[in-house]
Amino acid sequence: MEKKTLLAISHLDKSFNGQSILKDISLEVAEGEVVSIIGPSGSGKSTLLRCATMLETMDGGSLRYMGETAARDVNGKSVYAPKAELRRMHRHFGLVFQNFNLFPHYSVLKNIMDAPVTVNRIPREEARSRALSLLEQFGLSDKADAYPYQLSGGQQQRVSIARALALQPELLFFDEPTSALDPELTGEVLKVIKQLAGERMTMIIVTHEMQFAREISDRVLFLEKGSILAQGSAEEVFGSENARIRDFIGKLA
Amino acid sequence: MAMLPQLTEGLGVTALIFILTLLFSLPLGLFLSFGRMAKCRLLAGLAKFYISVMRGTPLMLQLVVVYFAPYYVFGIRISSSWRFLAVILAFVLNYAAYFAEIYRSGIESMPAGQYEAASVLGYTRAQTFVRIILPQVIKRILPSITNEMITLVKDTSLAFVLAEVEMFTVAKQFAAAQASVMPLMIAGVFYYFFNLIVAVVMERAEKLLSYYR
Repeated sequence: MEKKTLLAISHLDKSFNGQSILKDISLEVAEGEVVSIIGPSGSGKSTLLRCATMLETMDGGSLRYMGETAARDVNGKSVYAPKAELRRMHRHFGLVFQNFNLFPHYSVLKNIMDAPVTVNRIPREEARSRALSLLEQFGLSDKADAYPYQLSGGQQQRVSIARALALQPELLFFDEPTSALDPELTGEVLKVIKQLAGERMTMIIVTHEMQFAREISDRVLFLEKGSILAQGSAEEVFGSENARIRDFIGKLA
Repeated sequence: MAMLPQLTEGLGVTALIFILTLLFSLPLGLFLSFGRMAKCRLLAGLAKFYISVMRGTPLMLQLVVVYFAPYYVFGIRISSSWRFLAVILAFVLNYAAYFAEIYRSGIESMPAGQYEAASVLGYTRAQTFVRIILPQVIKRILPSITNEMITLVKDTSLAFVLAEVEMFTVAKQFAAAQASVMPLMIAGVFYYFFNLIVAVVMERAEKLLSYYR
């Protein structure tokens, strides 16, 4: 059975101030896949994620969500669809940030409910019960009325995952979701992501947690200097003979 | 103490100038700050110039200019009903400039992550500003707004240059007639209590917004 392609990036080019950050990146992600992006700092991992989530515009290449074209390539230049269409495509994906970026003036419950109610026009009661069940699933039922500053980093990150999931995206991006957390809190966030992987949530994860990436991923991309140095199953990439990859993984292990 | 009823009446005019100025200059200042931060260079430059002139020249002079502008610019005879309107207009135009810079400092202090989170969640630009950014900006700028409000209470006395009979004008008239500084002292006490109320109300507003960090 052919799986649906949720995300298709092809020939993505991106530079900042004349300095090339990403070169000719192509990536397809199918429904139910978990893809990890690893590689050294400054290799362009986060920029790739930011282009995919339209926080940055690509210079060249195309971007498609569920077969809908967000940007097409015209003679090596990316041409984006009208703003209203792009905003509609935002529904297909969610993004979990390194620094959570919760809304500090909203309670935990409102952080999760507000976008479904305001953006997707879902009835308040329905959004509320969905938010409460997400909180229960993540072990945060007693925090519904708390404000973000009252939570630990790990709890804040779980709330931000719940906030992204409340819009029922087909695809969830994580940008170094545990880099701001100590090892103990990292564990509780990784557990939640594993739980989602168990439910076959499609995810693209930029991470420095090698053991985690190895366990969870169907596919691993190794990025260096803006190019994909290697990609394949976790065993293939982590067992690679490539000296650079062995060096990087070895240093972290 | 025969002056008290008249001083109180003057206080009423003072309070009216205060309230009307805030009512119009707070929203106008917000739009002015949008202009100041606009991507369009011309608009941003115009807003910047306006703010610099309004902050760089005396409010007393601005009151006179606004009052006489209809005559010198349009050749319209100045009627007596224009006096109060001119006072309000000058105060609004002046305070909007100060408020615009306060709004700008608050808006520019917001972390980019808040905009990015809202964008990924699909909020429109307007929704992002009204629901996510503005409430946090208000909390941040409240102490600066309080400062301006307190200055405004005292600045209302400048309306005397257009012979608007607010509290300070009344006090001065009594001081001259009685050859005594007592009326001015009493006016001073009135201003002080007015500002005490402003400070207490604003402190309460800050407390209301202290439920988050």
